[in-house]
Amino acid sequence: MAAAIAAPAPAGRPAKRASRRVLPGFGLTLGYTLFYLSVIVLIPLSALVFTSFSLSWEQFWSAVASPRVLASYRLTFGASFLAALVNLVFGLLIAWVLVRYRFPGKRIVDALVDLPFALPTAVAGIALTSLLADNGWVGSLLAPLGIHLAFKPAGIVVALIFISLPFVVRTVQPVLEDTERELEEAATSLGATRWQVFTKVLLPSIAPALLTGFAMAFARAVGEYGSVIFIAGNMPMVSEITPLIIIGKLEQYDTAGATAVAVVMLVMSFALLLLINALQAWQRRRAGAQT
Amino acid sequence: MSAGSVRNKAAARSGTTEAPWVRRLLIALALAFMVLFLLLPLAAVFAEALRKGFGAYLDGLREPEAWSAIRLTLLTAAIAVPLNLVFGVAAAWCIAKYEFKGKAFLTTLVDLPFSVSPVVAGLTYVLIFGANGWIGPWLMAHDIKIIFAVPGIVLATVFVTVPFIARELIPLMQAQGNDEEQAAIVLGASGWQTFWHVTLPNIKWGLVYGVILCNARAMGEFGAVSVVSGHIRGQTNTMPLHVEILYNEYQSVAAFAVASLLALLALVTLVIKSVAEWRQEQQLRLAADLPPERPHASAAGTPT
Repeated sequence: MAAAIAAPAPAGRPAKRASRRVLPGFGLTLGYTLFYLSVIVLIPLSALVFTSFSLSWEQFWSAVASPRVLASYRLTFGASFLAALVNLVFGLLIAWVLVRYRFPGKRIVDALVDLPFALPTAVAGIALTSLLADNGWVGSLLAPLGIHLAFKPAGIVVALIFISLPFVVRTVQPVLEDTERELEEAATSLGATRWQVFTKVLLPSIAPALLTGFAMAFARAVGEYGSVIFIAGNMPMVSEITPLIIIGKLEQYDTAGATAVAVVMLVMSFALLLLINALQAWQRRRAGAQT
Repeated sequence: MSAGSVRNKAAARSGTTEAPWVRRLLIALALAFMVLFLLLPLAAVFAEALRKGFGAYLDGLREPEAWSAIRLTLLTAAIAVPLNLVFGVAAAWCIAKYEFKGKAFLTTLVDLPFSVSPVVAGLTYVLIFGANGWIGPWLMAHDIKIIFAVPGIVLATVFVTVPFIARELIPLMQAQGNDEEQAAIVLGASGWQTFWHVTLPNIKWGLVYGVILCNARAMGEFGAVSVVSGHIRGQTNTMPLHVEILYNEYQSVAAFAVASLLALLALVTLVIKSVAEWRQEQQLRLAADLPPERPHASAAGTPT
């Protein structure tokens, strides 16, 4: 404890450069990190890619571009996009309310935002299904209006909203905390309305964080399986998501087909990961330019 | 709190906050969204579990298959979390403490399991260890079972939880810099001593936070485990898989009873996480508040 207090670290950057070889353990930790990642992540993923190379082009194409699989891509990406969009709006709203306003129970609300990270997806899946079923708490209110969400593609969107809810909140919240009130004051004193301050001053400064959160929410939703399969109804061509297609092919011992579809999903994950990295780099540059 | 209210008052004066009715409307909207999407599903789990009374709830938990699922889930987490703890500390040390070529790429690799679909992760292990996989025939000849057995479940769980602890530690260790460790080394401490006595006390709350999130995911993982488990009742069913089977057999109360245990785990996770987060903020603030030119002030301000 005393050590933690005795020497605060005001600016780490110049020290870091000088210290490159002062601290021991670089070889050990880097070596272990690379070894562990290779065994657990990289070798299995390359097994997927190499297995897909052993498929003929026709085999691969018929697996990844059959009408049923194409319909699943549309559903998976469409529903994920809608869910991420809803979370973009409400995530910003929740982050805003948590950072800027005071109200009773704020600490609990803040903690509750992480519930989708902590609650197993299968539990979320059955809970949402029981809520939205025609005899459930919410479903029984919607059914007389002719709205049925459970066992429909709309139910998938609800499940994906749930599981990807924390991403936008948690990426925007720290950035919003760091925004400088002086800029808003300056804009206000120059005659800007509150709405103009929000759209012209605040929104540009939190845009990179917003988009990062959006992309993370989207990436998480695309790969989601546990919460969706309970609520989706899983009808081929209508409400069958791509991860379920992979499982279905595996259960029919069509390992080649499952591998092909999995490679398509893996490529999409890589693309999204690169996009998120680029957005984060943009955000860091933006933060650096402000200070 | 007092600092916040002062700031809010100042903000109100200088016109950098909204009209009271806008504020109330925004708070109401945010809370309504959270009640609808977070609180209601959580409440539904417990309501469904207790729908036929407490006796039926306990009956659902007393099933031997439920017990074996709980045991397997605990075992899986007990292996996966320590493995990723050691990895997380090692990865955070080399990424946060040194500059080297390819660091950004390595950080991306650590994050990779977050963006790979759990189903795809499970499939990769089937392709290696499955009956027709790379080393499946060899394993079969030596009577080693990995897929449709416990080792496969553990491996799949480890894959999906790889980034959790490293992700928490890297930004924390970067923010703290290297000064304290360098001072310890210069004063003659060994690398291990430096880690145990200097680094670890600084990162302990971040570590708790990472471990507890990693544990929640390890116990709750569904997609990846579902691919490699084979769903053999009483043998390779984890709690989430057991919930699925019960639910699909229309044993709703039993399904929600097991699910309620997982929901309790989630609530405990959130509480521990909030405490850890709060303590970590406190620690950082105390360290940041100290003026560097008056190091002896630390004696007065030591938090305990």
